[in-house]
Amino acid sequence: MIKKSSGEQVFSVFNTFVMLFLMIICIYPLLYVAFASFSDPFRLAEHRGLLLSPLGFTLKGYELVQKNPNITSGYLNTIIYLVTGTAINLLLTSLGAYVLSRRESYWAGKLMFLIAFTMFFSGGLIPFYLTVKDMGMVNTIWAVVLPGAISTWNLIVMRTSFLSIPDSLQESAKIDGAGDFTILFKIILPLSLPVLTVMLLFYGVGHWNAWFHAMIFLRKRDMYPLQLILKEILVENTSSNFSVSDVSRENDDIYRTLVQYCTIIVATVPILLIYPFLQRYFVKGVMVGALKE
Amino acid sequence: MLAKDFKRYKAVYLMAIPVVLFYLLFHYKPMYGAIIAFKNFSPAKGIWGSPWIGFKYFQEFFSSYYFWTILRNTFLISLYELLWGFPAPIVLALMLNEITNSKFKRTVQTVTYIPHFISLVVICGLILDFTATDGVINSLIAFLGGKPANLMIDAGLFRTIYVSTGIWQGMGWGSIIYLAALSGIDQELYSAATIDGAGKWKQVLHVTIPGIAPTIIILLILRMGKMLNVGFEKIILLYNPLTYDTADVISTFVYRKGLLDANYGYASAVGLFNSVINFALLIFSNKISRKYSETRLW
Repeated sequence: MIKKSSGEQVFSVFNTFVMLFLMIICIYPLLYVAFASFSDPFRLAEHRGLLLSPLGFTLKGYELVQKNPNITSGYLNTIIYLVTGTAINLLLTSLGAYVLSRRESYWAGKLMFLIAFTMFFSGGLIPFYLTVKDMGMVNTIWAVVLPGAISTWNLIVMRTSFLSIPDSLQESAKIDGAGDFTILFKIILPLSLPVLTVMLLFYGVGHWNAWFHAMIFLRKRDMYPLQLILKEILVENTSSNFSVSDVSRENDDIYRTLVQYCTIIVATVPILLIYPFLQRYFVKGVMVGALKE
Repeated sequence: MLAKDFKRYKAVYLMAIPVVLFYLLFHYKPMYGAIIAFKNFSPAKGIWGSPWIGFKYFQEFFSSYYFWTILRNTFLISLYELLWGFPAPIVLALMLNEITNSKFKRTVQTVTYIPHFISLVVICGLILDFTATDGVINSLIAFLGGKPANLMIDAGLFRTIYVSTGIWQGMGWGSIIYLAALSGIDQELYSAATIDGAGKWKQVLHVTIPGIAPTIIILLILRMGKMLNVGFEKIILLYNPLTYDTADVISTFVYRKGLLDANYGYASAVGLFNSVINFALLIFSNKISRKYSETRLW
């Protein structure tokens, strides 16, 4: 074991402190919100400074959240968009990756270029909006789910992964009479489960957090995904979003803040719960995308 | 050639159809639609029926009183993100690389990745709450002797808040790519450096950083292509009329003029201007990289 010089030891200690500090500032905001969400709203309103534990304990905030029909419908909509969207994502990205990985095909190279080009140049927000509008998708699930059907970055990652599957496997399948669909679904996809998992996660998280397309294309509130409802609650501060009948008029503001904290927790907890288990898949996904460079 | 190709690869062509359709409809059709930047577009007449007006919108934009403000804001925010936000993940990766306790290292990584997964809406909600006059940050300010104030209506603070929270959110996740690159550096190089008498710092300078330089350069080039493409979702969530002076950027302007005011033609022109500049910057930075290093995008 090589002995570290004193300079290096000092650096080690310094490094450790910096890392600890980083971890604290990454977690603390959420911790604060969590504590606040269980706190008595009146004590919360008077409190200044950091929170190291809930002030008192109440579930009233969560009660109000659960009674809010917009939050419930928002949650439901997000789940619907997520499941539909991700299914389309995986199907189309897999098809695309398969096509682009067919080296023998005359068009594969040209197609790759045309697709990659879209990463560097686009028509802009307004033409995009008008295009979707002209297709009659406004106010439908399709406006939320189709424009992002394929992420070119993900497509490239998947293509690279498909390219690494040995040709011999595919050749022998062809000799046995397998068509391209069979090769894709029976050979390549089963061998690509890690990449598929990563794609599922990347696309899934994207759908969970999405709000902008919903905002510009959806007009009916009962179609809004969760994040859009959150936007109203957290960013626009519209109190029409929670049942004022449950709370007397003067306490409106006080309960509003409490409800805001509870909504944050309710919307973020699902991600935080699955995250530790799937973290290494996410990381691997980025690495695969990076190392292909 | 085509007919023979088609016959053999019928299935592949079939598979390609939805994919090609997607790119045609959602990427290339809008590119064509950008043509309304040169027309006096009215939805009733459609693209073909609307008359040409050439560069009128562009002239209007360039000579407007807000042109320089918007351009300046876009450029400055992008620049600050580049100056502070681009190196942050690199520095983090380098520091993580020096941690010897693998359990600690993995813990730090797991924790610092978390902000990346929190939705932008929630993050902006957090920002707005913490910077409020009675929020956590102001408590700190008061504690240190300052005067609490609503930080989000202060135009002078907008860029700082925007960039620093961006670093908070992206630093951990952004370091993954660099950690991957770091793990790809040949360990022999370090041994050779040690034998040559190089201490830790010299090793970092002469082995580590050159080792990840290709990755850094590629990411920098890609970043250049987004120079004027400041992430407007976050700005829309955070800005307000009181901070337009420093917060309004090209993309938020396009959004307001195009989608809120329905001034389609004008907003498209501004958007097209944005896309073209970004594209030019991308080509330019790739050219430079080609000339001075072996790394390039194409």
